[in-house]
This record gives sequence, structure tokens and C-alpha cells, in this order.
Amino acid sequence: MSSEFWIAQTFNGISYGALLFLLASGLSLIFGVMRIVNLAHGSYFMLGGYVGLSIVWRTGSFTAALVAAAVAVGLIGIGMERLFLQRLAGQTLGQVLMTIGFALIFQDLALLIWGGDPYTIPAPKILQGVVRVRGSSFPTYRVFIVLVALLVGILLWLALERTRAGAMIRAAVDDGEMARGIGINVPMISLAVFALGACLAALGGVIGGAFLGVFPGADFEVLPYAFVVVIVGGLGSLPGAMVGSLLVGLLDNFGKALFPELSYFTLFAPMAVILALRPTGLFGRL
Amino acid sequence: MGEGAREGTPVTAAAAGSREGSVALRLDRVSRSFGGLVAAHDVDLVVPQGERRAVIGPNGAGKTTLFNLIAGELTVSSGAIHLFDEEITGLPPHRRAGLGLARTFQITNLFPSLSALENCLLAVQGLDRAKFAMLRPLERFPHLRAQALHTLRAVGLDGRAAVPVRNLSHGEQRQLEIGLALAARPRLLLLDEPTAGLSPGESRLMADLLRRLDPAMTVLIIEHDMDIALEIAGHVTVLHYGRVIADGSREDVKSDPLVREIYLGA
Amino acid sequence: MGRRAIWACLVGALLAIVAPLLPAYPLTLLTQALIAAMLAMSLDLLLGYTGLPSLGHAAYFGVGAYAVAILATGRQVGFAGCLVGGLLAAGITAAVFGLLAIRATGTYFLMITLALGMVIWGLAFRWVSLTQGDNGISGVPRPELGLPWSLSGPLPFFYLTLVAAMVAWALLTLLVTSPFGLGLVGIRESESRMRALGYNVWWHKYLAFVISGTIAGFAGVFWAYYNGFVSPVDTQLVTSVEALLMVALGGPGTLVGPAVGAALIVFLKNFISVYTKRWLLILGAVYIGAILFAPRGLLGALGRGRR
Repeated sequence: MSSEFWIAQTFNGISYGALLFLLASGLSLIFGVMRIVNLAHGSYFMLGGYVGLSIVWRTGSFTAALVAAAVAVGLIGIGMERLFLQRLAGQTLGQVLMTIGFALIFQDLALLIWGGDPYTIPAPKILQGVVRVRGSSFPTYRVFIVLVALLVGILLWLALERTRAGAMIRAAVDDGEMARGIGINVPMISLAVFALGACLAALGGVIGGAFLGVFPGADFEVLPYAFVVVIVGGLGSLPGAMVGSLLVGLLDNFGKALFPELSYFTLFAPMAVILALRPTGLFGRL
Repeated sequence: MGEGAREGTPVTAAAAGSREGSVALRLDRVSRSFGGLVAAHDVDLVVPQGERRAVIGPNGAGKTTLFNLIAGELTVSSGAIHLFDEEITGLPPHRRAGLGLARTFQITNLFPSLSALENCLLAVQGLDRAKFAMLRPLERFPHLRAQALHTLRAVGLDGRAAVPVRNLSHGEQRQLEIGLALAARPRLLLLDEPTAGLSPGESRLMADLLRRLDPAMTVLIIEHDMDIALEIAGHVTVLHYGRVIADGSREDVKSDPLVREIYLGA
Repeated sequence: MGRRAIWACLVGALLAIVAPLLPAYPLTLLTQALIAAMLAMSLDLLLGYTGLPSLGHAAYFGVGAYAVAILATGRQVGFAGCLVGGLLAAGITAAVFGLLAIRATGTYFLMITLALGMVIWGLAFRWVSLTQGDNGISGVPRPELGLPWSLSGPLPFFYLTLVAAMVAWALLTLLVTSPFGLGLVGIRESESRMRALGYNVWWHKYLAFVISGTIAGFAGVFWAYYNGFVSPVDTQLVTSVEALLMVALGGPGTLVGPAVGAALIVFLKNFISVYTKRWLLILGAVYIGAILFAPRGLLGALGRGRR
């Protein structure tokens, strides 16, 4: 294995991890505030991709696709939370099971609207091609993904640590009851975080749509990856989501490259090890 | 140890003879912190077998934390715990139960959808090999049912055997709490605020129940109701911010100036 | 226990008597319903009785099915061998996965079992040399039991499946009415209380997990023989979700409820599929509706409730 191979694979792993971060960060925060696991999160990813696809077909604009997908799926998320999940406030298992019902509905709707063929979102011209660094070439699009994830990560971190809204979110994650007690509007925070998670997932779907493609089943295919990230990183933790995504991206990539027949296995074994040592994940809180 | 020879009877030392003068529970410099918060600090405790010891202190003094450390729900940050001269510091709760320790919970911790009898059955099975029987129905274990009924009778609930616990009154639930703890005939019993939420009449009943407990059993009781605590216990340990600040007979503690300051001055 | 046994025998007898009168299609549906019932009951042991929500049960079902498919088509192994192989494969998978999953509770448990289920799906999909990948393994012959009637016909195979389902039901019923079974309910209601009473809660949960997975594998064995074809679809997340729905809709913690729920969903699925392809949509909507409007008994039962 040449050093070319290792560099390329490492970079691929990092870029895949970057994409996962978009998905996992929302999932992790939603759990932190609402204590539920949104099983429709993969659906948000997939729907984002499909909406982005349609927008690009209509307008040719990648940016428009990003915005439209985030808004559309964000609205779906708000609708889901406000109209359905809210009604079961406090019954976490019921809410989780409800998200499954929605995941099924979304999967079938997507099949109905966009059909069963796989598509790829055409990436904008400036993002095609390669970037050359020190003799190695990296696909520009993947660099773009990493940059987006970094940007989102920094913005999220700043928002959580430096803004009042962020402080309220952190308080709600730490102790929802206490936060309510000191006057923080926890239901509003839940809604905001849920919507934010949905938007991020949709963004991930559009961005991923250009290099992974958009296809039926993408929702349930990406979901376990997001889960492994948050399990390993720890639910409710942003640094956990960052570290977890990186780890999972690298592990999956190397696993696929070196042991293609056992790829899910290479994901599962390290997860097993980490859970054996720390049952709540690397940065987890109960 | 005639009783123990019968199949399925839990063997606890309450049935076996314990040595007079042995130490039931010993805590050596037990500490527990949660991050920066010190919940228990260098707690020393020696409880002779057969004693009734009350653990009192203002709210937040660390009483329930201490119980959780003794019961094993919490691990110690440092220090050692000995139960009848056996070190139990690293043991999980179920192993400590096997060594004769039982506890009640401050917030009623029962099995809500099961009947009072089924609750006792679970308690009675706990230390019995029968709990692993998978292919024989419960009916085939009449000794378990008999023991469960006996336990219910001991706490005055035999008339309510078939009632689901969630339909019992608060007072009855507190009685059942005690019943579950007594079912396996423990050597050391930890009672965490047994009269919590009880009306004065119910508290009286509870106090009577507690006074009728097997004198060979060692009892530690956390109690907010000072009268009941001092009525049942001859010996008192006072906690404050996780430390032991007084330890002695109830007369000594009643007249201790530091204790008076904390309870009356604060 | 005696009363349940009488009811079960009555139902079994009823099915046995009615079967020869049914045309082939409803008969095959009934066979499918019995297999689904076995899967649902196995999950009920874990979810309804022990309170552990598993979203990866299709894994053990699929492993059992694949074991039969691989052994029967690749090595011409007979019924006994395939049955043992399927049970062992599912049991070992559950034993290994249980070590990982039982450390977790509630939401974590849900996610870990989901991820583990996907691992099996991934293996089924990608380990092409073993599983034929996406193509699946076809041509699983009906078992040869040396009986005067060939099991290729729907009626004889229905009877075989009926016997299997009664065995599974009997085993599970013995389990849930035993002291061990009561212990599982105790764990569902209050783990801390159980620990204080002397139970090694981890061990009891682990045993329940392995038994549940093995019985799911048992169902998978009969699925392979019934369907003649095993593919990654049998291990996919949607299958696990359907199993969960069967239990939740039927009434967790009752064994009978999930069996009925399984039959309901099998019939519904087949009925609806005649008129529209939108089965998943309808399933999802039915599910959400049931959760929202069903009396607290449905969901309350998931947390506590039924025995």
C-alpha cells in the first residue's frame, strides 16, 4: 500500500465523516434536549436530497437547492414536532416509535414522488475537479464537504457557548426540569433544536446527494451510521458528535477499502470496544 | 439451621445464629464525590449487631447518599465498607443482598402493575435458586407463595394481596416497601424515611411495625420525624454536609451543642 | 397456566379443522401469519415482559433463515440439521450481540439493537460469497420428513408450521409463567428494586435476550422453508419495525396480543397490496394513529402494564 493510498483513504474517511457530522450533530442535540432518538432523521437526510434534486433540475442552482431543502425539511420537522410529537410530551418511547411511523411514511412518499431510480445531484462547476496539495490531488467536492462541516461545527459551537440561546439549549440538555424551573421555555427550545437538526440533516442530504447519490433506502442506509456516531460520541454532546463522525468516517472508509465483504463489521467492532469501556459513549452523559 | 435445609428457603443469617457482639456494619473513611460536590466525606461508622441506629441530619446532609453507598447503588470514591466482617466495598447491590443486606427506598420503589402478592413473591425469590426456573410455573413453588403471604401478613397487608400496587394507598405502599425488604430475612436493614408522606395515624402504625422487627436484626433508619427516629433507635449518627458531626446515644446527641445549633440555630 | 393451555389447544384445533376447507391462498397467508406470530411472540418476551425495546429483531430471524437456506441448498442438509443449524446460528448471534446491547437501557438499547440489526443486514448484503448478496438464496426445498404427505403442498406445510407455532407458544408461556418470567416483569418495572432484592439484573436480561433471539431464529427457519427464498430483505430494518409494530399494536406483555397483531399485519399487508403499492405509507399512518389515539393501555403497557 503506497502512501498515496493511505493519504487518499484518510482524506476520504475525513470527508465522509464530515458529511456524517451534519447528520449526527442534529441527532445528538435533539436527544440532548428532548431525550428522544429521532428515527426519521435519515428520512430528513433523504428528503433533503430529493428536494435538492428537484430544485437543481428546475433552476440549475446548487445554492437554491441547499436553501430550499433546508427550509422544506425544516418545516416538515416543525410540523412533525408540533403537531404530533408534542402530544406525547414526556412519553419518550412513544415519541421514538412515532418517529418510526413517520420514517415509513416518508420513505413511501419519496418512492411515490420521485420513483425508484437512483439519481445524483449535479455538483456546481466550481466544485468539480481536484485540488492539488503537495503532489496529491483531492477531489474539490470532498474538500468542500469538509469545509462546510467545519463551518457548521464552529458555528454550532459558538452558538452553544457564546449566545444566550445556546446557553438555554445547554441548560435544557443539562437538566430540562431545572431549566423549566428558571423560566426557560423548554418546549420552544425543543422545537428549535428539532428544526435545526432537520435543516442540518437536509443540508447533509443535498451535499451527500452529489457524491453518494439520492435513492430509495438512503434513509435507512445512513441512519445506522448516524447512530454509531452518536453512540460512540455520546448522546447530547457536540464534541462527541465531532469526534464520533471523524472516527466512524475513517473506520468505515478503511473498512470498505481493506475488507469490502465485512464493511459493516469493521464499524461494529470498534463500536463494541468503545461501548465495552464506556457504556455512555466517549463524551456521553446519561 | 433446620429451616435452611428445606428446598428453596433463603438462607440468611437471621435464621442462622450470629455472634453476639459482632459488628454488623463498618464504614472506614468512606467518601464519595460527584465532580466537585462532596456528598460524603471521611465517614466512619460502626454499627454493632442488633443495634437500632438512626441517621439524621438536615436536608442535603448526605443521608440517602450514605445509604446508596452502603447498599451498593453508588460506588465509593474512597474508603471501605464491611458487612459482618466481610468487605463489600466493590460488590454490586445484588451481591450485598445475598450477604444479608436489605433496604427500602425513600421514594416508593415497587412494581406498580403487579399485585402486592406478586411484589412479595419477587422479594422472596430474590435469594432463592428458584428464580432461575424457566420451565415450571410459579404454582409449582408453593413455599414461595407461602413465604410471600407470610410477609404480607407481617406488614398487615394480607387482605390486599391481589390488589395491583398502583391501586394501593400511599400508606399501604410504604408498608409494602418494608415488606419487600423483610421478605428475605435480612441481617442488616436500611430504612430510608419509612414514614415519608404518611399521615400521623399511618406514621403511628408504621412505628408499631418497626418496633416489632426482629431484635436480632440490625437496623439503620433515616428519618425526618425526630420523635419516631428517637423512639425506635437507641443510637444516633448525625450527618451534616456529608460529614459525621455527632455519634452516640440519643441522650448524648440530644444534648450535643453542635447538633442543637444545626437543628435549632440554622 | 391450565386455562391458557385449554384455550391454545382450542385455537389450534380450530385452525387444524378449518385448514383443509380453505383455498390455497388464504392457507398460505395463515401459514405466514403463524410464522410472523412466532417472531412477534419472541420479541414480546424482550419488549413486553422485560421492557427492552429491540429494533433489530429481524437480525436473528434472518440469521435463522439464512442458515437454513445455506445449509439446505449448499450442503443438502436435512430438516433436523437445518433446524439445529438455524437455532444455533441465531442463538450465537444473540449471545454475541447481547453482550453488547444489554449494557444499555432504554434509548441506547434501541439504537444499539438497530445498529446491530443493520450489521447483519450489511453482512447479508455484502458477504456475497456466503449469502449471494442482493440476489438472495433461492431454491430452498421443503423439508423431507419421511411422512406419507409431501410438504410441498400448502396444507401439509401449514400443519407443520402449526405444530411449530404451538411449540413456540408453549415454550414461551412456560417461560413467562415461571419464576424467571416474573423476574423479567420485575426488571421491567424497577431494575433498582430488583438489584436490591438480590437479582443479577444483567444476567437475567441477557438470558431473556438470547432466548428471545433464538426463538426469532426458530421463526426464521420456518420462513426459509415456507418461502423457499431468503434475501437481505428478511434482515432489514423495515422487518424489525414490522415486528415491533406487531407487538405494540397487539398488546405487549401478553404473548397472545402480539400473535394476533402479527396475523393482523400479515393479512392487512397482503390485502392492501392487492389494491395499492403504498403498504409502508399505510402501515406508518396506522401506527401513528394507534399511538395517538389508542388508550393509554397501549403505550402505558410499553412502560409498565400488561403481565
